[in-house]
Amino acid sequence: MTAHLPVLQVLVPLVCAPFCVLLRSRTAAWLLFLFAALASLTCAVLLAVRVGGDGAQRYEMGGWPAPAGIEFVVGAFNTPVLLVVSAVAVVVAVYSRRSVTSEVDARRVPLLYTCLCLTLAGLLGLTVTGDVFNAFVFLEISSLSTYALVAMGRHRRALLASFRYLVIGTVGATFLLIGIGLAYAVTGTLNMSDLARRVADLGDDGGGNRALYAAVVFVFVGLAVKIAVFPLHAWLPGAYAQAPSAIGAFLSATSTKVAIYVFCRFAFTVFGTTLVFGTMPIDRIGLALACLAMVAGSAVACFQTDLKYLLAWSSIAQIGYILAGISLATTAGVSAGYLHVINHAVLKAALFCAAGLLVLRLGSARFTALAGLGRRMPWTFAAVVIAGLGLVGVPPTAGFASKWALLTALVDQGQWAVVAAVLASSLLAMVYIGRIVEVAWFREPAEPGTGPTASKAPASMVAAIWVLVLASVYFGLDATWPAGLADAAADALLANGGE
Amino acid sequence: MSELLTGWTSPDRALALPVTVAIPLLGIAALLLVRRNPNAREAASLLSGVALVVAVLGLWPVAGDDLRFELWTWLPGLSLEFALEPLGLLFATVAAVLWPVTTVFAAGYLRADGEHAQTRFFSFFALTIAAAMWIALSGNLVTLFIGYEIMTLATWPLVAHKGGADARRGARTYLVVLLTTSVGLLLPAIVWTWLLAGSTEFRPGGLLTGHAGTGVLTVLFALYLFGIGKAALMPVHRWLPAAMVAPTPVSALLHAVAVVKAGVFTVLKVAVYVFGLDTLGESGASRPVMWVAAFTVLAAAVVALRSDNLKRRLAYSTVSQLAYIVLAATLARDVALAGGALHMVTHAVGKITLFLCAGAIYVTAKKTKVSELDGLGRAMPWTFGAFLVATVSIVGLPPAGGMWSKWLLLLGTVDAEQFVMLAVLLVGSVLSLGYLMPITVRAFFRPPHGPLTHGEAHPAIAGPLTLTALGCVALFFAADAVLAPLTGILELP
Repeated sequence: MTAHLPVLQVLVPLVCAPFCVLLRSRTAAWLLFLFAALASLTCAVLLAVRVGGDGAQRYEMGGWPAPAGIEFVVGAFNTPVLLVVSAVAVVVAVYSRRSVTSEVDARRVPLLYTCLCLTLAGLLGLTVTGDVFNAFVFLEISSLSTYALVAMGRHRRALLASFRYLVIGTVGATFLLIGIGLAYAVTGTLNMSDLARRVADLGDDGGGNRALYAAVVFVFVGLAVKIAVFPLHAWLPGAYAQAPSAIGAFLSATSTKVAIYVFCRFAFTVFGTTLVFGTMPIDRIGLALACLAMVAGSAVACFQTDLKYLLAWSSIAQIGYILAGISLATTAGVSAGYLHVINHAVLKAALFCAAGLLVLRLGSARFTALAGLGRRMPWTFAAVVIAGLGLVGVPPTAGFASKWALLTALVDQGQWAVVAAVLASSLLAMVYIGRIVEVAWFREPAEPGTGPTASKAPASMVAAIWVLVLASVYFGLDATWPAGLADAAADALLANGGE
Repeated sequence: MSELLTGWTSPDRALALPVTVAIPLLGIAALLLVRRNPNAREAASLLSGVALVVAVLGLWPVAGDDLRFELWTWLPGLSLEFALEPLGLLFATVAAVLWPVTTVFAAGYLRADGEHAQTRFFSFFALTIAAAMWIALSGNLVTLFIGYEIMTLATWPLVAHKGGADARRGARTYLVVLLTTSVGLLLPAIVWTWLLAGSTEFRPGGLLTGHAGTGVLTVLFALYLFGIGKAALMPVHRWLPAAMVAPTPVSALLHAVAVVKAGVFTVLKVAVYVFGLDTLGESGASRPVMWVAAFTVLAAAVVALRSDNLKRRLAYSTVSQLAYIVLAATLARDVALAGGALHMVTHAVGKITLFLCAGAIYVTAKKTKVSELDGLGRAMPWTFGAFLVATVSIVGLPPAGGMWSKWLLLLGTVDAEQFVMLAVLLVGSVLSLGYLMPITVRAFFRPPHGPLTHGEAHPAIAGPLTLTALGCVALFFAADAVLAPLTGILELP
């Protein structure tokens, strides 16, 4: 049984998905998703323990040996991602029950959980797979179900956001597919370790093979769309803000993070560090785009008047931090990137969950609706402020730990321009979090009649928010555990033999 | 229990350090528990204040024992830890002793002024003191930085306390300046130090000694001194006058003692333990900042001279006097540094007296401008008497503690052969006489504008300020005792 853990954690949500539709009951669908998330989390924890003990785990699908068959690989480089995705899924599952009922038409709820199960299966599969074409398949499973999820938002604008995401996302996926196809044409294999071996055989610079260069470019542009690297981010604000709140929280914490992991997997363990960051200038491009993302994302966030859009734009900036760390291609840099993947997932999920609670009780997360409510909803706004300070990177929050790690990595490489961008972005983050504080505590309520409608906040939603907020504070006070995971991941990726 | 007592101040256990930081936090819990009863609430604040004084004074006998307490590992290779050393002990003592005094004053002030949200006020007040203790006892730069930022955030609700448009604007300036400097300059400086030296521990003789050339040291020193925005070196002093929108007890304890002294304390600590006075003196890395400090001494004094608003005048006086301490650090001489450390104490006691007097004048006579104070001395002799004593101390005349700190500072400039700085310090003192003395002169010797309808301030207000004024005089006689722990780290004549 335990030998099948790598596939089980993908299989359980995948199998749960059709049952959600067939049972046609809201409660049953919710229970199934909760079960799937819990099962995945259990598998992820067990896998992490085993990877920590015995090193990377390989699993051959259907007993067909690699490279002909598809294999799943779980190593130190993807256990942090598995843990983050499945843990966030559990929290969102607890949170979603009341949030989804209030925002989505009752008939569509089972469908929503079906898509959520599929998204979870896709993201986990994308993380564990050791086969490049299989990675594309899982990417499409998660993307297609995400398009549907976004479209279930409360407003008709959600349809537009979903359509926009569909078009851009499909272009990205196609790029990835073209890249994979080219790599296949050059090497004749789809298995990641086998591909890495054959690319290495071509020589340090890929033997000057132009098809291989083109493959690298296509793969990275395709993934950049999925990561929402500035300026390929256009789909993100609408998709996160218009999707149902629980979905926004789940996507913000997981989907871009998994895409970032896939980026690392391709760069360090498929094409190889020398080819990607030495021969080709992906590192310089990555750093430049990261700086743009950090500054532009935070700057635009300062001018938003809707909490959810503000958070979405802040995500674009925070992705810049992660990209900057990874683009350094040093152990410290990649580790900082991973650390921020973990910390940002927790922080942003907490913030989107809190925004969802505001939507539930106030009907909107626009600033005009939030004005002056800091005193009447102190706990919700306290959660927003604490997690928000994490985005700024003020000690003792989780954001400070990742910023410390990132600054150390950047200064070590003498990247002073990027250091300046990181600091500028933090200061802009202070401005947009400060705006929330000012709206909540210092502005007069718009009309006397407005205010929290539902008499009490649902306990499940409050619990989910505070679990995330407390986790973020804990990761700030004692960062050894996430930093240990991140360090192990970076070591495994850069050693290239981490599998 | 017996284990607690034996481990209290033993060099390897040092439980007293975390307990000292925890006492104000326990005070918050206590005052929140009894928040329905204002008298019990203030009693809880006061009791934790007294407990804190006892705990901090209990550290004096073991000042040289190198106590260390590791909290936990924060990131691999970096732990949060407390360590006791003389400078930190001085800062902790000043903040701890003045806290209960200000609590009594604050209770009287807030009730006389009918302020809202008093429980919130006292909670964040205690949180700030906890942050001050954390900073004073921190054993490395990362620990210190965390306390530094917590202090900024904990004081923000106090600055914004009144909630009006003015308070909001002031609080915004406050937060923006302090966070921008700390995140933008101090944090990179700490990260850089860590990479150069492989550690962030405060090390006698200087952590960076032998790890960096003159150019790097100069840039780093500037990053630190402008990054420590709480030390209010020009041009990052703007937050201090902006913070004057806060209720007066906040201005008194936080913006004359805890917050600004946390700033200059960090400056002194960085000079001694991160750069090392010898390294700093030989490399000349502190020269450029020395001129900025000298400019700040004079420019802020001139602004104070021209301010009619009493609290604004005192705020700029603080900026000027803080620059004395920064200047002491940049001189990189043992004598000067001792003077700076002593000035940290004497200025704290003197300036808190001045602010408490300003608060007493505001709640009793509703006056905020210097030009309105004519003749008030007859109605409020205790308040203006205390103001006079504090003035004498700030200017640096006998019989007040300020004389010794200024004396040591002057000796330091001579020792460093910086005669321009000697002149700057003397001119700064003359200017301080110019902006403080007229206040008492007006109050006592000019006839009042109209009939006086009030008497002396309420005893809960007049008591504390008399006490701190006596403290100024006591420091004149006790300066040696205050400096005694410093002999462990500095060579004093």
